[in-house]
Amino acid sequence: MVRKIEGGPDVLFIDRHLIHEVTSPVAFLGLKSRDIGVLYPNRTFATADHNTPTINQHLPVADPLSANQLQALETNSKEYGISHWGLGHQKNGIVHVVGPEYGITQPGATIVCGDSHTSTHGAFGAIAFGIGTSEVEMVLSTQCIMQPKPKKMRINVNGKLGKGVTPKDVALFIISQLTTSGATGYFVEYAGDVFENMSMEGRMTVCNLSIEMGARGGMIAPDETTINYVKGREFSPKGEAWDKALAYYKTLKTDADAVFDKELTFDGSKIEPMITYGTNPGMGMGISQDIPDAAHVEGGAATYEKSLNYMGFSEGEHMIGKKVDFVFVGSCTNGRIEDFRAFTSLVKGKHKADDVTVWLVPGSHIVESQIKEEGLLDILTEAGFVLRQPGCSACLAMNDDKVPAGKYAVSTSNRNFEGRQGPGSRTMLASPLVAAAAAVTGKVTDPRTLIEELV
Amino acid sequence: MAYDKFNILTSTAVPLPIENVDTDQIIPARFLKATERVGFGDNLFRDWRYNPDNTPKKDFVLNNPVYSGKILVGGKNFGSGSSREHAAWAVYDYGFRAVVSSFFADIFKNNCLNIGVLPVQVSPEFAEKIFAAIFADPKAELEINLPTQTITLLSTGEKETFDISAYKKDNMINGFDDIDYLQSIKGEIEEFAANLPL
Repeated sequence: MVRKIEGGPDVLFIDRHLIHEVTSPVAFLGLKSRDIGVLYPNRTFATADHNTPTINQHLPVADPLSANQLQALETNSKEYGISHWGLGHQKNGIVHVVGPEYGITQPGATIVCGDSHTSTHGAFGAIAFGIGTSEVEMVLSTQCIMQPKPKKMRINVNGKLGKGVTPKDVALFIISQLTTSGATGYFVEYAGDVFENMSMEGRMTVCNLSIEMGARGGMIAPDETTINYVKGREFSPKGEAWDKALAYYKTLKTDADAVFDKELTFDGSKIEPMITYGTNPGMGMGISQDIPDAAHVEGGAATYEKSLNYMGFSEGEHMIGKKVDFVFVGSCTNGRIEDFRAFTSLVKGKHKADDVTVWLVPGSHIVESQIKEEGLLDILTEAGFVLRQPGCSACLAMNDDKVPAGKYAVSTSNRNFEGRQGPGSRTMLASPLVAAAAAVTGKVTDPRTLIEELV
Repeated sequence: MAYDKFNILTSTAVPLPIENVDTDQIIPARFLKATERVGFGDNLFRDWRYNPDNTPKKDFVLNNPVYSGKILVGGKNFGSGSSREHAAWAVYDYGFRAVVSSFFADIFKNNCLNIGVLPVQVSPEFAEKIFAAIFADPKAELEINLPTQTITLLSTGEKETFDISAYKKDNMINGFDDIDYLQSIKGEIEEFAANLPL
């Protein structure tokens, strides 16, 4: 913290700033109109992801508006001396996937990006949160933002997760308990053996979804798993600097007597594979449950009914067996190698259902390479699936990967808002395993019924 | 970049009593492709406001000429979801200068403050009174007084105070923004950066 303002926010120094093509152009325009520069260009990293096509990335981008935005990122980065990983660059990919992969994400660092899912990086014990474009301009020009001190919440999940229950299910379960605004104003720490036993990929999925219950950020205390992940990555400290950094990372554990403004505890063994039935991520339930009655839901009945009407669902219905038209596996939530391993483990030896369109979109070129090197691609091809190229894709449908109006998608992404995956699209959020079960059956299917040996 | 100064705003208001209005509704992602901050007001609430053939949806409040004004009154948890400042730009560009709700999502609220749109958080009871007053009489006016931090339903005189940090209040009244402030302490920031341990 650089300075505390009396009766106001703190001035927070930002160690790492990630930018992408959608929320940065107006910030650069602001710099120009104020005639100021970028203070520390080596602390900002640019990657193109929101608009990028997921096929034929070697060809010029067809949509002129998207092409223009991608060009603006490249031009601005070049002008101000910022590393730019544009379309076609080996390091290009989803900002919250490539940041950790290249070691830009470090425990204890302050990390911001003009994207609400910046909370992802909290998986490393970083203080990471999404910002608006005005704040992007602040960070570019002064490496600082103004931030009021948030309240603190701890969410403990203990116990052994059941068969077919993934980090995504844990997160969707928590959000369903807290609602979409239950953690607004808080920074959340996830604690308990469920998170301690989770891989970094799983922790990133959980922290990524913190914003979906309103929390600005979520974090998990760094441990051996974290350190093993960070060590040796391209931008991670090396040699003496690593020893120094390591000593610092080890100080980042939460004090045993730390006091939280709110503390919640859940039993991990009670969590089922989850699916959402409504139009915000808080409207989720165990896949074998029935859609709740308005009377049993917090908030206004009118809003609840509007939501179910949009989805074409009714109170009391089963979710299992509902028709699925599209399946999307990818995004900053579930576009990492583990997600593709899980998907592949279920579809292995089965075949894609004929009437389902499936988009498998890796979060980065590293993930794409891993899928090939581990032999997953062969299994996927055998089962009738095609792997696309990295990007945000159908998570927010800024490129051509749009779900048509009225169609149903099971999506591993983070938001089921009205029209999120294309105007009129209907989204059911779920894990890669639930997505795989839908991909091979064409219906909402409990993955636990499909294979015996799940990862 | 200095924005509009905000002091006392007296206006009729547009009611939108829907909960969890997310930023994808306020401005859908496909309208985020601009590289300049222009024209976002035309696409405010695009998919609630227009049919796929671009004809206006008659039952949506922005298409009802009875309701107008510089104040938008939304349901609980207004502005959830994405960090896109484009949502706040769209609200501003359409002509709103204040948004009233019983609860705001964090990033949206912050984005509003950063561009000079005042987010006014009221109690759920007061929000209900405002909605009832507007539905009873669309000409009912609200007065939002930033210096005294009060919002008043002028038809009945009922009022409530609202919170805002002293720093942000001062900024809004004077039309300053955070970058102006941060630029003024740049020396201090550079000294801080030079002494970072890692």
